[in-house]
Amino acid sequence: MSMHVKLRHVGGVTVLDLSGRITLGEGSIGLRDAIRDALAAGSKKILLNVADVNYIDSAGLGELVGAYTSVKNAGGDLKLMNLSKKVKDLLVITKLLTIFDVKENEHDAIAAFA
Amino acid sequence: MFALTVPELDEAVILPSTLSTVDTVEEKVTEYAQKAGFDEDTASQIAMVSREAAANAVLHGNKKDPNKRVKARFTLTPDSLLIQIADEGTGFNPADVPDPLSPEGLLRPSGRGIFLMRAIMDEVNFRELSPGTEITLVKHRNRE
Repeated sequence: MSMHVKLRHVGGVTVLDLSGRITLGEGSIGLRDAIRDALAAGSKKILLNVADVNYIDSAGLGELVGAYTSVKNAGGDLKLMNLSKKVKDLLVITKLLTIFDVKENEHDAIAAFA
Repeated sequence: MFALTVPELDEAVILPSTLSTVDTVEEKVTEYAQKAGFDEDTASQIAMVSREAAANAVLHGNKKDPNKRVKARFTLTPDSLLIQIADEGTGFNPADVPDPLSPEGLLRPSGRGIFLMRAIMDEVNFRELSPGTEITLVKHRNRE
């Protein structure tokens, strides 16, 4: 039910592989903690891989916005990749797709940080 | 608010003002949406916005007060799936919720729940109780 985060470093980019649900409660707090830890470790280029996120609610959307704002405020850059149709539809409805830099795959996303 | 037809299914539950209620409502609505014949994506969206309604009732309506309850009712008619969620809070005016699509609203971390309900459901109605607020979410069947 909750969200899991795996962290990788690829070409100077911190990749957070998210899986599960980003929802009110543990799911959204898990993302917040992961972003905070990545920023504290000095990461400025953060890529959220949401390929295995199968569910997101408005609290989860709020956490994505919070992640974007935190990284921007720290002088960094945050991108999303591998959006499922379900997640993409939600970002379209809420117009958040106009805020986030979304890439189709990891190769394009990593290249876009350069 | 309810259609004047005999419901195929009708169930009311009284739930505590805890986050477990949000999950209970989601599970129940998923079950009803599947029985209504909605496809998987639509059923998931209906369940998601029902979570929003339940979360609002628990967090903003009842403010997690253990002495207050959330009443949920799930009704399946030949025409529609109806979900009613009522809290015992002090009430609110949905018109006061800022537009989440405005330039300043886009970067706000909260305030998208009611917007999503309206975007996904066919009808979203609020009714003032004394005390509390009741929200009714309606999704028509076979109108994909």
